[in-house]
Amino acid sequence: MGKFQIRKSSTVHDVVVIGSGAGGGMAGYVLANAGIKVLMLEAGPFFDPAKDSHQFKWPWESPRRGASTVRAFGDFDAAYGGWEIDGEPYTRKDGTQFDWFRSRMLGGKTNHWGRISLRMGPDDFKCKDGLTDDWPFTYDEIKPYYDKVDRLIGLYGTVENIPNEPDGIFMKPPKPRLPELFIRKSAAKAGVKVITGRGSVITELLDGNKDRQPCFYCGQCGRSCKVYGDFSASSCLVIPAMKSGNLEVVTNAMVREIITDKNGLATGVSYINREDMQEYQVSCKTVILGASACESARILLNSKSAAHPAGLANSSGVVGKYLHDSTGSSLGGFIPQLLDRKRFNEDGTGSIHIYSPWWLDNKKLDFPRGYHIEYGGGMRMPSYGFGGGIHRYNAKVPDRNGKTKKAGGFGASLKDDYSRFYGANVSMAGRGTALAKKENYCEIDPNVVDKYGIPVLRFNYKWADEEIKQAKHMQETFQSLLHEMGAIVTSSPHGPEDNYGLEAPGRIIHEVGTIRMGDDPKKSAVNRWCQAHDCKNLFVVDAAPFVQQGDKNATWTILALSWRTAEYVLEQRKKQNV
Amino acid sequence: MKRRDSLKAIGFTAVATGIFIDACKQPADKKVGNTPATPASTGDAEAGREKFEIERNKRLLSEKFFTENEMATLAILADIIIPKDDKSGSATDTKVPDFIEFMAKDMPSLQVPLRGGLRWLDVQCLNRFGNSFADATEAQRLEMVNDIAYPEDVKPGMEQGVAFFNRMRDLTASGFFTTEMGINDLGYVGNVTNVWKGVPEDIVKQYGMDQYNIV
Repeated sequence: MGKFQIRKSSTVHDVVVIGSGAGGGMAGYVLANAGIKVLMLEAGPFFDPAKDSHQFKWPWESPRRGASTVRAFGDFDAAYGGWEIDGEPYTRKDGTQFDWFRSRMLGGKTNHWGRISLRMGPDDFKCKDGLTDDWPFTYDEIKPYYDKVDRLIGLYGTVENIPNEPDGIFMKPPKPRLPELFIRKSAAKAGVKVITGRGSVITELLDGNKDRQPCFYCGQCGRSCKVYGDFSASSCLVIPAMKSGNLEVVTNAMVREIITDKNGLATGVSYINREDMQEYQVSCKTVILGASACESARILLNSKSAAHPAGLANSSGVVGKYLHDSTGSSLGGFIPQLLDRKRFNEDGTGSIHIYSPWWLDNKKLDFPRGYHIEYGGGMRMPSYGFGGGIHRYNAKVPDRNGKTKKAGGFGASLKDDYSRFYGANVSMAGRGTALAKKENYCEIDPNVVDKYGIPVLRFNYKWADEEIKQAKHMQETFQSLLHEMGAIVTSSPHGPEDNYGLEAPGRIIHEVGTIRMGDDPKKSAVNRWCQAHDCKNLFVVDAAPFVQQGDKNATWTILALSWRTAEYVLEQRKKQNV
Repeated sequence: MKRRDSLKAIGFTAVATGIFIDACKQPADKKVGNTPATPASTGDAEAGREKFEIERNKRLLSEKFFTENEMATLAILADIIIPKDDKSGSATDTKVPDFIEFMAKDMPSLQVPLRGGLRWLDVQCLNRFGNSFADATEAQRLEMVNDIAYPEDVKPGMEQGVAFFNRMRDLTASGFFTTEMGINDLGYVGNVTNVWKGVPEDIVKQYGMDQYNIV
């Protein structure tokens, strides 16, 4: 018989932050710099892009040449984890689908994200069509925090004065790549608005920051940046906050539950160390939860006690509900005019150079809300899959001598084709608003635990008609854009049989909404400050409190909200309320 | 700071809780409570890799999947697909067969289609020429390949061969163009620090894109 121990800390920390991504990282940064002693629990290992990034590696430095066998976005991608993690299952209900991407590492998913940094607009916080609940505050109330995030972290873009696509404080943006010039031209003909991209990649020195260097245009933000030229929570928030001396990180700390006392207040956090498999408990005055929308819901639902029988902060029963991801559908092809194009370094930034903010009026459409379009293409570093499926398109255009040829082939002429088609590709992907609905949720699976003995999430998510119609509209738009530029489609065609290429829920990795905020404690789990209605010393700083996501990627709003919540925590501490 | 030091710094003490569990349930190879604190970022050649990835790569590299005969056939096919020309070398100059061997272990779903495809090819050649593909003459090999290299012009009975050859073509391209020789052949000139100033002016003009070259 061995003795099963729980190692308990005698120290009572001011604040324990669970998670080190955009939300946890920002809260930790703001609090540590305000002199608060912060203990941060991260489920994965330490990660510093300066040392751990695979930036500048050539494809042959990976035995699989960058293939996505082990890492979902390729062997050089920064994210540890993925859709499936050994020993950490999740389940799905009634034949529905939700794919859950987890990145267990310092900085979480921000180490590999696309750095597409969009503010939500006034209509995203207070909707005009009445179809979804409003946020408990307006754009104007959160705007100062978006501004602060822009100044602290930096992003490029252009001032456009589009009402629901608010401008930020922008650095100079990159010019378009060659295929992007073709997109701009065809979009003008097709009536689709295209503007300069908005990415959290610094193209100039950042005021007052000597730790980060401007972008040197390798186009590899997905690998994370050794000179901290892009935003990762690891490089830009957590590591700087550690230097303040006020923030301590415990890595490989997989949180089991938040512990509360008989009055229902949070008193600490219990976790298992993934390396030594020992159980630990830390005590604190305040808990800040930023483990990612679904993981945070899981922790709350698993934190049951006499004071919180339905799980912590869940007297309303909404925890886990209103889960929503962005919609996504894409199409690609090649531009015959770009065959045999002249070579130059076209890497650019690893974020978007151009995009289409939503440009249409829903009154004339058969679905609510909208989507933005992200574009890609050009002479990028080859990796696994290069030239794949060439037999489907190399006979769509005449050969060098103007003659028709047979698709596929081999030998010198095939070898020449790879070179001719190189960089002529163009792709477009829509990212749209999915409506937050109670019926789409995650909950605790009553029958399944992970290898740490922690009950796992079970998902129930179905796309509705409006999301399928939105994907149909995306495909029609993509077809017309490709048609206008004379491009030939090479992706498999999408139609009603595959919901117009609509990706499964979760695939866009913009999942939000599971611990929604609101003024009414019967209908929401946290208040407008992301403070739990049922537990005043518990705050949630990831994307879980989102009431309704716009078509904008979530990160910039997570950062702004987390900063705002951290300032509220500071105020409440002064008043000795937490 | 080592993890154990950091635990000390935040004030950990072990508290027995009185809960006992069967020691046999602990993983036998794990010294519980005595795991050295090795952060993933060690700054060495394998920085930025999780332990299981490094172990998996090592294991795959130590295993062998294809037989010598199969490897020889893969090599012949790869060089038929990407031969040496005046611009660059051939697929085998960049060790494409070794790459395919690794991928077959890395993605086990490739194993049956590749092994089965190679056997299909040998049986076809045996019936036609009385020899395996590798032992057939160059002219015979080309006759065979011509029958499976053009997916939109397939004789009945050749469909499986076409599917196999499509796969071989894709794997060969992946293997060749992800090497230094292949990348130089393509003329990719990135993966270096630089300042992006947009598409060079002469190229913008060539395509008549001046009015769109804006931010």
